[in-house]
Amino acid sequence: MYVATKGGERAIDAAHQWLADERRGDRSVPELSVAQIREQMALAVNRVMAEGSLYDPDLAALAIKQARGDLIEAVFLIRAYRTTLPRFGASVPVETDRMDIIRRISATFKDAPGGQILGPTFDYTHRLLDFKLMADGEAPEALRKEADAVVAPHILQLLDQDGLMEPLTDGDETPPDLTREPLEMPADRPLRLQALARGDEGFVLSMAYSTQRGYGRTHAFVGELRIGTCAVEMEIPELGFAVEIGEIELTECETVNQFTGSKSEPPQFTRGYGLVMGQSERKSISMSLVDRALRWEELGEDNVGAPAQDAEFVLYHCDNIQATGFLEHIKLPHYVDFQSELELIRKLRREAADAQVKEAAE
Amino acid sequence: MFEAEVLSGGFSNPAQDSARAFRACLDAMARPGRIQQIAGAVPPAPLSPAAGAILLTLADATTPIFIAKSHDTEAVRRWIAFHCSAPVVAASDADFAIGTWDALQPVSQFAIGTAEYPDRSATLIVECEDISAPTATLSGPGIETTQTAYLPNLDAFVANSAQFPLGFDCYFTAGNQLSALPRSTKVEAL
Amino acid sequence: MTDQAYNFAYLDEATKRMIRRALLKGLAIPGYQVPFASREMPMPYGWGTGGVQVTAACLTPEDTLKVIDQGADDTTNAVSIRKFFERTAQVQTSETTAEATVIQTRHRIPEVALTEGQILVYQVPIPEPLRFLEPRESETRRMHALEEYGLMHVKLYEDIARHGAIATSYAYPVKVEGRYVMDPSPIPKFDNPKLGGNAAIQLFGAGREQRIYALPPYTDVVSLDFEDHPFDPSKADHACDLCGSEVSYLDEVITDDKGSRIFVCSDTSYCTTRQDEGHTGRLSPEGEAA
Repeated sequence: MYVATKGGERAIDAAHQWLADERRGDRSVPELSVAQIREQMALAVNRVMAEGSLYDPDLAALAIKQARGDLIEAVFLIRAYRTTLPRFGASVPVETDRMDIIRRISATFKDAPGGQILGPTFDYTHRLLDFKLMADGEAPEALRKEADAVVAPHILQLLDQDGLMEPLTDGDETPPDLTREPLEMPADRPLRLQALARGDEGFVLSMAYSTQRGYGRTHAFVGELRIGTCAVEMEIPELGFAVEIGEIELTECETVNQFTGSKSEPPQFTRGYGLVMGQSERKSISMSLVDRALRWEELGEDNVGAPAQDAEFVLYHCDNIQATGFLEHIKLPHYVDFQSELELIRKLRREAADAQVKEAAE
Repeated sequence: MFEAEVLSGGFSNPAQDSARAFRACLDAMARPGRIQQIAGAVPPAPLSPAAGAILLTLADATTPIFIAKSHDTEAVRRWIAFHCSAPVVAASDADFAIGTWDALQPVSQFAIGTAEYPDRSATLIVECEDISAPTATLSGPGIETTQTAYLPNLDAFVANSAQFPLGFDCYFTAGNQLSALPRSTKVEAL
Repeated sequence: MTDQAYNFAYLDEATKRMIRRALLKGLAIPGYQVPFASREMPMPYGWGTGGVQVTAACLTPEDTLKVIDQGADDTTNAVSIRKFFERTAQVQTSETTAEATVIQTRHRIPEVALTEGQILVYQVPIPEPLRFLEPRESETRRMHALEEYGLMHVKLYEDIARHGAIATSYAYPVKVEGRYVMDPSPIPKFDNPKLGGNAAIQLFGAGREQRIYALPPYTDVVSLDFEDHPFDPSKADHACDLCGSEVSYLDEVITDDKGSRIFVCSDTSYCTTRQDEGHTGRLSPEGEAA
């Protein structure tokens, strides 16, 4: 006799036990500590913080450990945790020109006040596997010296003074908050930037790349890329002034884009902007290119129908937590829907066959 | 004594009390004209316990409130500020409005939403002496055939439902009782 | 972190207020999709986060919760969601439709008629019925505003021209109170007639798409059709092999590698209740029937 499948609950419990066991792997190999992940997988930690929208290296490292290194799963853990946190208030905007810089480069000027600082970069490394690392190779400590007191204004400000750069205006408006209000179209630039900042690195990268290959070309140069730590300050109403509550590491990219002018704007250089938590160079450059491509309307450019110009397309699809959830939900049972499709196909086939018989008879 | 009145009268178990109060609001909005009991709030007069519970359940810093003359006392303002932290605004900017029917006039001053976002409209909390004596016959979504209910006015609600899907929605409160009239309900004289 | 670190029914009070306001607007404007700032939940988008948020905003400590997926209480995702609320809201749960005050569902409406004390919460993947005809949110919003539903009728009519019938078998669009065209979530069209005139409150939550909508009790809901091609809520032309019901929606189960198949009720609560009452089907053990 047929007995309908039961035991979903037991199956789930067993599967989760198995997962926990697999996560640990071979027990003869020492377990990874959260601190090891935080210190030695720092760029993975940065990505999880950026896309998880929560600046907490320890929690991001824990999420990576729990997710067995699946970064999107780790981002998901962080997002689900973040959303339960009470909100005490908003910080004042961080001043990235007062950043303690560890890396700062410009592709548009050979030198600039403050200088070019290469910093810890993969650039110009030869991508050869370093087998010493496999055999317990302790890295030699880098030479250390006192930091120079560097004043490093934003490089694009210099172009701004000549009137060659599109002017920036300070706004007092409180930007919309993507995590507290539903995404609404058309989305203004602050909202677009928020979505891109926590968007999937791979998606934003591919969108940016598509603009370089001609799908909404933006002629971008990296005006300045800077990485470093910034103080985060908060206004305390009772005190009447802002106090520093901590510091965060940021990567900021400003692109200079050629612009030949439009009906509404004179020929000048325009900007794309990227700001990402942690060291996240690829993401911040990608973000600036996509930001610039999405600005076609306000600059009076043509919409050439490129995917990166389509704000609805980009913003509705850049969030990897939304994307992966919906993609993976097709693993869930759909037999009710499939059954109704089966019935429909059978009915249509029956009707088609009947029609053929009738035709033949005539 | 005044301070105590302002600081007290909120939900004693916020999560559970507001869940129960919300179900009263939900049932009321889903079944127009039917009277529900709502409890848990002890606001300063003239705010009724029912109106207080609605505000504790639905209003917060993100929902501007209009307080009509009938209810605009120092105690009410401070109670709302302390328990809901809702900003007090002009009628046209309000998500919620509180007052007697007369004090809320003209109702044309409240938001009715837009064609694309009909939900961007005001909800009026109309304080009444008594909502138990029916004055009108209601029909529409939420009502199997017809439902009799107390309404403080007829013409205003006929006009409001004629704007559907635009319009404002109302709660009528008296003591610990509430009933609701969404814009979708058709209204006739009894 | 212990469970006590989380609020009753998981969500914080500010989030619940936001969802509750959206639910009330949804009831006031039946069939209209109210935007809401959906939160990340501890389960993935597309796995019922919209339904879970709606249920969390509605539950009181006195409720009895039932969770079904494909009509069954024992499907893995239904089990997972039920456990989530047992843990975070400590509510009673039940597999019996009549005992439940709140029922969260994916893809089915229970066979037994719902009653006035009940709330049915649907998990919705794509709330916009026009989405597959027009991918742009700004456009579909305008179409709803102007009540411009010609595109939908054109699509259904093209089906008839090509196939001789409307080729939509689930998530079959409906019109609510003669105003908004609404996606009933991917329920089989067999369930569509239960949407209208239902005594229960029906709430729809789409988490990833950030939309909530609702049907108050006894709302007028009509499945779109044409005079010469009326709506047909068909199902498999069989009786349940376990309880013999000829009126319930059936799952087709393949039982061996030769393609043998049996048909059983998709609504497991309905089927077991009938079996307990002594109803039998083709595969019931002989002699056991009352």
